[in-house]
Parts: sequence; structure tokens; C-alpha cells
Amino acid sequence: MTEVNTPEKVEFSPETLKKAQEIIARYPEGRQKSALLPVLHLAQNEWNWLSAPVMDYVAGLLSIQPIEVYEVATFYTMFQIEPVGKYVLEVCRTGPCCLRGAENIIDYLENKLGTKVGGTTTDGLFTLKTVECLAACGFAPVLQVRLKKEDGNYIYYENLTPEKIDNLIATEWV
Amino acid sequence: MENTAPQLFKVTIDNIEVEVAPGTTILQAARQIGSHVAPPAMCYYTSLKGTGGKCRACLVKVTAGSAKDPRPMPKLVPSCITTVQDGMIVENTVNEQVLETRKGVVEFLLINHPLDCPICDQAGECHLQDFAFEHGRGTQRYEEERRTFEREDIGPYIQLHMNRCILCYRCVFTAEQLTNKRVHGVLNRGDHAEISTYISKAIDNDFSGNMIDVCPVGALTDKTFRFKQRVWFTKPVTAHRDCEHEKCSGKVTLWYKGEDVLRVTGRKNEWGEVTEFICNTCRFDKKKTSDWVIEGPAKVSHHSVISANHYEKKAIPEFGFKQAAQQYKQIDDLPVQLPEGEKKPVGIVVRPDSK
Amino acid sequence: MGIKILTEHIGKEDLKPIDAYMKYGGYTAVKKALTSMSPDAIVEEVKKSGLRGRGGAGFPTGMKWSFLAKPEGKPRYLVCNADESEPGTFKDRYLMMHSPHTLIEGMIVSSFALGANTSYIYVRGEMMFVIRILEKAIAEAYAKGLLGKNILGSGYNLDLYVHPGGGAYICGEETALLESLEGKRGNPRNKPPFPAVSGLYACPTVVNNVESIAATSWIINNGGDEYAKIGIGKSTGTKLISACGNINNPGVYEIELGLSVEEFLYSDQYCGGIANGKKLKALVAGGSSVPILPANLITKTANGESRLMSYESLSDGGFATGTMLGSGGFIVFDEDQCIVRNTWNFTRFYHHESCGQCSPCREGTGWMEKVLHRIEHGHGHMHDIDLLVDVAKKIEGNTICPLGDAAAWPVGSAIRHFRDEFEWHIKNPSEATRKGAVYRKEAVFA
Repeated sequence: MTEVNTPEKVEFSPETLKKAQEIIARYPEGRQKSALLPVLHLAQNEWNWLSAPVMDYVAGLLSIQPIEVYEVATFYTMFQIEPVGKYVLEVCRTGPCCLRGAENIIDYLENKLGTKVGGTTTDGLFTLKTVECLAACGFAPVLQVRLKKEDGNYIYYENLTPEKIDNLIATEWV
Repeated sequence: MENTAPQLFKVTIDNIEVEVAPGTTILQAARQIGSHVAPPAMCYYTSLKGTGGKCRACLVKVTAGSAKDPRPMPKLVPSCITTVQDGMIVENTVNEQVLETRKGVVEFLLINHPLDCPICDQAGECHLQDFAFEHGRGTQRYEEERRTFEREDIGPYIQLHMNRCILCYRCVFTAEQLTNKRVHGVLNRGDHAEISTYISKAIDNDFSGNMIDVCPVGALTDKTFRFKQRVWFTKPVTAHRDCEHEKCSGKVTLWYKGEDVLRVTGRKNEWGEVTEFICNTCRFDKKKTSDWVIEGPAKVSHHSVISANHYEKKAIPEFGFKQAAQQYKQIDDLPVQLPEGEKKPVGIVVRPDSK
Repeated sequence: MGIKILTEHIGKEDLKPIDAYMKYGGYTAVKKALTSMSPDAIVEEVKKSGLRGRGGAGFPTGMKWSFLAKPEGKPRYLVCNADESEPGTFKDRYLMMHSPHTLIEGMIVSSFALGANTSYIYVRGEMMFVIRILEKAIAEAYAKGLLGKNILGSGYNLDLYVHPGGGAYICGEETALLESLEGKRGNPRNKPPFPAVSGLYACPTVVNNVESIAATSWIINNGGDEYAKIGIGKSTGTKLISACGNINNPGVYEIELGLSVEEFLYSDQYCGGIANGKKLKALVAGGSSVPILPANLITKTANGESRLMSYESLSDGGFATGTMLGSGGFIVFDEDQCIVRNTWNFTRFYHHESCGQCSPCREGTGWMEKVLHRIEHGHGHMHDIDLLVDVAKKIEGNTICPLGDAAAWPVGSAIRHFRDEFEWHIKNPSEATRKGAVYRKEAVFA
């Protein structure tokens, strides 16, 4: 899996680099490591997942050791450290969502996409994952998707039903 | 020296009073009294800044916070990082809650541990082994599958057995404080957290070998000593050499089998801690007697298996005995289904290394 | 019914644009605080208000502020905890989404009171859409001279930034949050030292929940005494409650503390009763960490008194028959829900979210999850129940941070109140593992 789309030259585009530098400036001098999480979000948005070369590049940008980036990237669940599909569907599986049918939604997605949780569809379009509580319990079931928007937006899709999912797959996640 | 006395804090640990300098931790104060009241420490390491507070092996009860504010602390506190106050009263081995909690900590540290002492190079000088022997419950309640990792060589000298790791973070602090560039760390989280370089990089700096000495278990072992000998069959000898490396103390323990030096380690004090670190050249490349100035046989703690191949429980005050007596009674009371006419068997627990 | 101080104007129009917010009296607290009050006077008002931390711990906010060390030559920081991750809780997100300026105004007033010139709002990374809303609102506030240098000519400077998390429940714990803000793994710190002495970048720091900070503007405008008149006893003011689970009207409600649980649960103004005409089985009143209560202890305490939505009344009876207000995550279970399955689910959550630093939590959460998984899937033994109780007890109180307690309480309370349901699972594995099968004991429903 790991040989997939590891970029040859890892470098932010000038616009993204500018954004990264703006982020670094939010923290006191010498505390540039603080920018690690937001800059990793930028990097993930640019390359879809965080390969070792990408993390090394971020380490260089923040003048920290690569291991400091690996430690952090593997701690937080939003960071994909293995190649993923174009759309990563992350369905909440925590109690309040399950009270309102999250488990059925997960089953439905597995059948619909033909892949188990953790897997990626053969066309590379979807990776299906489960996540813990997204703070949307009142609008359960819910899933989040990172859309390839310029600033790396994550969208919540709430009050999910099979029909809603069919519709999203047909029209929005293409 | 006497005139500094008024500045000392008076602390009572297990009914024994001791005077210590302000800023001293409960654990260090207890160590000043002696090993019979010193709490066990699996993650704390005196010579590494920032260690401690994680394993929870050293939790103690503070029954009076200080003379000024004698209220008890509501929760057990980690003695390794809690500093004493004047008039503080601490209970360690005389407190049932402390001992019960410690049993729990042993159990937690062992549930995912492979218990492969018979093939582990650390056996005989393993702090987890000592901890389990002295504070464990002796029975196992964990029925689930254990978490496992692949074995990994990190560099030419060190092997990482992540299965045995208790995540004390000592090796991470070692790399942070003794070397100029840390290349390994703790990855992932929860019970999937692991020590790793992430990209299978070798740890190849001059002081990496110290990670072996600070590791309380057999997670980081010396590849040059691997499977050579059980430590209790080797003879420790104190030696030194004039090492050219400026940060290296050159003060070591040589571990002999017959005429051969099987391994070289830093010198450990009675708490199992190295205070003066050594470089990899001294550790891995100088294995001839002629490389060293021999000082004499190393002092081995009387309760170590290395000292006389015997392994004794620490003497614990009265309360401990009561507990032990109760446990034996429970064993005795177990209903045993015996065939007609047969005698009730007598069970004795024997450690393989006991006399 | 009931006074609303945080959400009064939500729904009247889109409050995201600063002009709309100001139309309803927005930013008057900033003006009042910065031009006519001293920082100490603000701290005093907040103390008088009796406001308690809304993130879950319920510690008096004014007192927390007064602990802040003020050594010369060291900056002080205010960090807003918007890492809302406690299952069942989604109130901060609601407030920030619909009225971001309410938080920003509170941040300015609170930062001024604490003498902080740089403040951060740490928002969980998943809520990227909320981060964008906040960033836009902050830019508007800068443009109006409400942030930046010499705010409203007062000579006070404040820079305010939003910091995204990366997906970790543990970062809701204040010292883990600070570690994360420093670009590290979210490992909670040992305390002492407390953040008030050594927090962000080892400087004195206050970490407050979104709702606590947002409430300070109203307190400045109306006075601490007025705030203290709202609510009941030591539970002053209003509270945002996130209601979810098997109810007719899930959502976020601002209530005056002291409202009866019965009214909150059954009146159409709030939850609207149990959905689909079913009966009530259990309630988790303050986010997944707090003890679960069976139906007979929800609307009435063990003494038969009416249970109220307040810190004191919800905890009446201790853990034996009470629970906690916590973060206000109100999770309702109907008669068709399986307590064993839910306990396993919650425990899986804590196992997944344990940082792995200290042994009781790292190992104990996983152990409990595995045992509960076995019971739920028909492979339990009777002795597993007491084992769970014991493991939970050995975690509780013995960890670096409260995640250990949070993992232990749901297990302990579920077994305390629903032990027969666990036993039924163990005795009837084939029936219990049938899809949709639930242990039913009519007596416990309400």
C-alpha cells in the first residue's frame, strides 16, 4: 500500500506555504512547534495523507526532529498515516449515535461500498472508517468527510438514512 | 553542616521520622530511610529529568499534608514526583489501600506482558519481575488475548521487544537528554502505543546503549549479550577506564563468566539506577579485561538473585504479615475435592531461583 | 420559559455577522469592562456570580481565576477549551456555530480580567467548519477595533487565535490540551504544578470551557449578583444542555439551573418525552462519563424528592443513587436499549481515547472493553461481573488525569443498577446475542 502516490517532491505550493507561515506567526518566538497540528492539517489537505516524506518536510518547516512529527501524527485520529481514498467517510460509532441507528448505517455503508470498515474501495474513491464521538449526538447518526476544499474543510453529514447516503454517493462524493 | 538543620522538613513515612531538604520527593525521603519503606519505581529514574508519575507503582497515601495543613490528601499520590511538606505523614507499606492499589498496578503491567522470563535476558535483574514478586497477587485473572508487536532491531547493538515494554518513557528521556538528536519516541496511543523510530531507522548515536541500562524490563536488550548467559551466573566486577569521550564517565560494571567479559553496563546504585552514563565504545567494544582498570567485585544488593542465587521478600511491617497470613489462610481454606482416603496435599510456592 | 443569557437571540436572525450580533447589545460588555472596570473588579463580579466551570468539573470559575499566578516578566494566557468531545455533548459547537461573537466577546472580557495579551481557542479539529466561522468572526472583531492593539482606546492589547485539534478526546483535559497546543501528543501532565502556575509554555494559564467564558459577558453587563439570582442554591445561572438519544426533540437547550428533570425530559419545550411512545429505561445526565441512572432514580431522588437539573440535585445520593451534571450531555435510553451493549460501547470509547501514559488507564480500559465485549457477544462468565467492578475500582482515582475515572464510572454504575441485565446476558448467551434482543424488566421502566 505504502508506495501509492508518495509525492516525489514534497513542498507546499507558495500559497499554502504562506498560510503555514501565517499559522507559525500565531505562536511566540521559539514556540513554532505549536503550529504542528494546524500545519499537518494543511499538509494532509495538500497530499491527502501523511507519508513519511511529508512529515519530514513539516519537521523541517518547523525546525523540529522528524520523530516529533511522527509521535504527534500517530496520536491524533484525524491524521491519515496510510494512503486513503479520495473521500474518507468517518462514521461515528459512539453510544449516542448507536441509540439512533449508527450501527445500521455502518452496515449499510459496508454493503453499499463493498468494503469493510478500514478498507478502501477498489476504485480508490472511498475509505470507510469509524470514529468516536463527533459532538453531533443530537443529529445522529453522523459521519464526517474531508472535502478537497482549499482550506481543508471537514463536513458533517447528520441525521443519516440509507436514502441520504445513496443520494450523497450519487451526487456529492464523486 | 549542623546549622542547616532548621531548614529541613520533618516527614513521617510508615511511622518512621526522617528529616529531608525542602524540595525532596516522598520517594527520595523514603529511600533515605531505607529499602524497606521505599516505594517501588518503574518509570521514575533519578538521573533522568522529567521521568516519573506514569506507572503509578509508587502511589502512597498522604494522611497529613503538612503540619500547617494536616488534612489528608484525597487520592493516593505518586511519591516519585510529590514533594514533601514539613510535618507530612505518609503511609506506604502500612496502608491497605496502597498495597491493594499496587497489586492492581502489577496486574495492569502484566496483562499484556508476555511473561517470557525464561527466555528473557533481563530476568534476574528485571524490575517488573521484582515488582510482581514483591507486590503482585500471585494469581492471574486476565483471560483475553495479549497485545503483540513484532521484534525489532534498532541499530546494531539494541533489540527492541515491544511486547515487554511498560511504556515508562525512560529511554525517550535518555535519548532526549544524553544525545543530540532523538530518533525514537512513543508512537500511537493507548495500549497500542509503542516505542519506535517509525521508519525503522537505526539509533546509532554514541550514547544509545544507555537505553538498555535504564529500561526497567527486557524491552531494550544488549544484542552483544543476547542469550549468552543468565545474569545470575555472571560475576559483576567494578572497573573503569580513561574514556576519551568527554561525556562518558568510563565507570562500569563488567559481567564475567569465567575469564570472559560477557557484557559491560553502567554502574547501578542500590535503586538500580545509573548515575554516570557511559558511551557505546566502553559498552560494546571494550570487552577485554586488559581494556579496564579493575576495582574489585561489585556490591550486589542482598536481596538480588545475583548475590547468592536466593530471592527473599523484603521484610515488611506487621500489617504486611497480617495480610500474608490471611492469604495463606485463604489458600488453606480452599475446598479441595479429594478422593476417599487421600490426604490433603500441601502446596509450596517455589521460585526456580530460590535456594 | 426561563431566562436565556447565551442563546436568547439565536434564531431571530443570523448572528454570525458582527453587525447583527451588535444589534442585540453585542460587545457592550467589552466596552464596559475595558473602559470602566479594573481586571480585579471583573474577577470579583465573576466570583460573586457563582459561575461554575461548564466543561464538566463544575469548579467555580472566579476562584480558578483568582489562583492565577502573576509573576513579573512572564506572559499569562487564557485558553478556551472548545475541544468538546464528551459523548452526548454538543452544546459548545451549537453556541459557536450560531453565535461565535458570544464566545469572542467573553474571551476579550476574560482575557482582560486575567491580564492575558494572547489568547487561544482550542477547537477540536473535526469541527473545521466551526473554526472557519470563528476565524471569520475574529477578523470582523479586529476590523471593529475590538481585538488587536489598544482596544477601544483602552490601552489594552489582545491577539486571539483559533487552534485546531487533531482528533483526541483526551485533549479536553486541560493539561493535555496545553500539551497539544504546544504541538505535542495529548498526554496529560501530572499536577501540581497546575496551569494557573505553569501552563502554556510554562506560563500562568487559565483554561476555561466555551460556555463558562461566554457567560462572563452577561455577568459584566448585569453584575455578578444578578447572575447569582438565576438558578438554585450553588447552581447559579443557566446551563446549556445537549439532549440526545431516544427522545422526541433532540437538541441544545439553555435552561435555568433548578429546572426539574421531569419537566426537561417530558415537556414539549425541551426533550418532548421518549420517542415512539416507548418507556424510559435509563439516563446518562451529564455526558458519557457520569454514572448511568435507572428510570426509578431519574425524576425522583432516592428520598422521593423531585430531581432537579442542578449540580447538587443530580448528585444527590452520591454514586449509590445519584449521578452528576457534568458537561450537560443528556443521553436518554428507551426500553429497547441494551445496557450491556452500551456499557461496552462507552468502554470501547475510553479504551480508544486513553493516551496510554499511565498504566491503570492504558491497560485497564482495554481489559474492561475486552471483558464487556465477551459478555455482550455471549462468552461471559459470572465472575466477569465482579472482575469488572474490581478493575474499574483499581483504575478510579489512580490515574494522572480524570479519564481513568471517566472510564470507570460508567462500568461501575451500570453494574450497580443493572446487574441482573449483565447476569441475564451471561446466563442466556444465545438469546442475548440475537439481534435486537433486549433484557426486559418492566419494573425498571418509567
